[in-house]
Amino acid sequence: MTDSMQNIYLMIPLAPLLGAIVAGLFGWKIGRTASHVAAIAGVAIAFVLSLIVFNHIVINEAPAYNGTVYTWMVSGGINFEVGFLIDKLTAMMLIVVTFVSLMVHIYTIGYMHDDPGYQRFFSYIALFTFSMLMLVMSNNFLQLFFGWEAVGLVSYLLIGFWYTRPTAIYANLKAFLVNRVGDFGFLLGIAAVLMYSGSLDYAEVFKQAPAMSGQTIELFAGHEWSVMTVTCILLFIGAMGKSAQVPLHVWLPDSMEGPTPISALIHAATMVTAGIYMVARMSPLFELSETALTFVLVIGATTALFMGFLGLIQNDIKRVVAYSTLSQLGYMTVALGVSAYATGVFHLMTHAFFKALLFLGAGSVIIAMHHEQDMRKMGGLRKYMPITWITSLIGSLALIGTPGFAGFYSKDAIISAVRDSSIAGSGYAYFAVLTGVFITALYSFRMYFLVFHGKERMDDHTRDHLHECSRVVTWPLIALAIPSVVIGAVYVDQMAFGGFFGSAIYVADVHKVSADVAHHFSSWWGLILHSFSDFPVYLAAAGVGTAWFLYMKRPDLPAKIQQKFSFIYKVLDNKYFADRFNEIVFAGGSRFIGNLFWRVGDEKLIDGLVINGSAKSIGWFSGVVRHIQTGYLYHYAFAMIVGLLLLMTWVVFR
Amino acid sequence: MITLSDYLVVSAILFCLSLAGIFLNRKNVIILLMSIELMLLSVNINFVAFSAFMQDIAGQVFVFFILTVAAAEAAIGLAILVVLYRSKQSINVDDMDSMKG
Repeated sequence: MTDSMQNIYLMIPLAPLLGAIVAGLFGWKIGRTASHVAAIAGVAIAFVLSLIVFNHIVINEAPAYNGTVYTWMVSGGINFEVGFLIDKLTAMMLIVVTFVSLMVHIYTIGYMHDDPGYQRFFSYIALFTFSMLMLVMSNNFLQLFFGWEAVGLVSYLLIGFWYTRPTAIYANLKAFLVNRVGDFGFLLGIAAVLMYSGSLDYAEVFKQAPAMSGQTIELFAGHEWSVMTVTCILLFIGAMGKSAQVPLHVWLPDSMEGPTPISALIHAATMVTAGIYMVARMSPLFELSETALTFVLVIGATTALFMGFLGLIQNDIKRVVAYSTLSQLGYMTVALGVSAYATGVFHLMTHAFFKALLFLGAGSVIIAMHHEQDMRKMGGLRKYMPITWITSLIGSLALIGTPGFAGFYSKDAIISAVRDSSIAGSGYAYFAVLTGVFITALYSFRMYFLVFHGKERMDDHTRDHLHECSRVVTWPLIALAIPSVVIGAVYVDQMAFGGFFGSAIYVADVHKVSADVAHHFSSWWGLILHSFSDFPVYLAAAGVGTAWFLYMKRPDLPAKIQQKFSFIYKVLDNKYFADRFNEIVFAGGSRFIGNLFWRVGDEKLIDGLVINGSAKSIGWFSGVVRHIQTGYLYHYAFAMIVGLLLLMTWVVFR
Repeated sequence: MITLSDYLVVSAILFCLSLAGIFLNRKNVIILLMSIELMLLSVNINFVAFSAFMQDIAGQVFVFFILTVAAAEAAIGLAILVVLYRSKQSINVDDMDSMKG
């Protein structure tokens, strides 16, 4: 049994890799259909095998598998290995990744139908699936880092998929550079883990973690820090880059330059959640540092609230969803910060389904509108695209946490966990997540009303061609809408309140907040009933109501508000000047330093002083010495004789 | 009785004269050649004096070698001088400064 399971574990990442290779290297030869069949087959195999693994690990309660597949190298007593750790957390992530990926693969057939880079696209997304699976299945930091970098690379390739657009190239470069900042922290974190535990293997590191927590490290003279705090914050900086937390969030909105299926798969459902997954996986480390948890909490709360505000004023349909992704990632991070790791991962799962749904719905609208993304030119699409309309409505309802939908359970669990937490910063976080509920509802339904209801603002030509998209587009929408409704109810008791993840997630006794919430809990419908006596649900309703009032009842009001609060609008429109700040301080600063080294260091010091300087001083010296060479024979003879005399004097009198 | 030191003093005086000839002469290259000959002769006197003093014939053999070489050198020197005169129309030492730096 173990042997056959091991083969299955091995097959799960390798099948998409094979698909990627076939579509990527032989795509030009085998044609479009064969390429997408190869890629989809690879991912479909991975999905089916993931179901088997889920059945084996979660339903049959088999013990977690932790084994090494291949030893890459041994250096200085450290093993660099490829290995798999399959526990319940991994099993759940496998399902999420392969299912959303499969849906996106199928959807891509419709979305990229006319694109000349069809095979390349399939090759990339299959490669992404492979990388993400390697990341979540890893049992050591090295493989985690491999997957981490590989998904970053594929993300870079896909944001710049339309490489002739200057904006796409700018965006993918930005994504790559910002992620590099995060990865630098992550790498330092891994180095700290290796330095203090001497191992890269999760199990070994977690076993040594309590011993590490007592030690201190001196980063600057005279300041001692706890090793665990430094390590965890460094690891979390990696998560901030990948999961787009403030202040490393700037790349995610720009990544919307990529094709929409990518926005759904990579920049909403899976890759950006890698940071959340990683922190949950590292829970035995994070639990040992209160400071790091507070840091995580504050960053998450800031992201959740302030990125939501930005969603309010965007007119590009994809950017609204992108900012909502940022905000939801903030919610997950908040959950991690209050040690409700299971709840965070639960939200990760529900979010993956409904956010992929929202993005694919937006993509469906974009196809129908002939690649027009401005919501001001949409409206009234409800009657032209019934399936897209109903699935987007489901996605939006799930996102704002309507009782009964998937997002409700996970978001409500996060809010109650934050309320019950006593860690420093939880007051601010509680305020942020509550306000966030209202904001989320407002921008989600602003988008929904602008796109699907109200006056039809598109031009006549577009209107005449409006129709529902083909089945390869609508079926994935329906397939994603189903879990967006039901998955929360199915797993809320186990994941948010029960010990679904077993030993995969460790929570210190002092931090256990989910347990306090659990005694309120009776069943999923009990939770729905209970929600009406609490105020998040009314906040969400108020958000929807405000959106309805502003964009349906009085469409003239938003412009007036915008004029009245033009300063706030300007700040939001410029995204809190974060881009400007980065351009001036970091880009400008490094250019300044580069110029300094170039003009002063290289041109003046090295070229001027060392190279030309030595040549010049020799030239000057020889110019002086040259005057001794008179060319007169008697001068030379005189010099010879004098020299001879001196030499003889020295020989005689020494 | 003429002692060894007398020979050496004569030789040294001759050497210094020829040296002064080289330094002080600003006009004629031929005088330079003559000074060099004189210098070699003063050295020859030393050789002969020491040869007699030390009862060793080898010193006098050397003198013959030096005389031969000096003759050859004078021949070559005069030949160069002729060529030099043809190209520069002068044998003035002050004109010969083409090796000036």
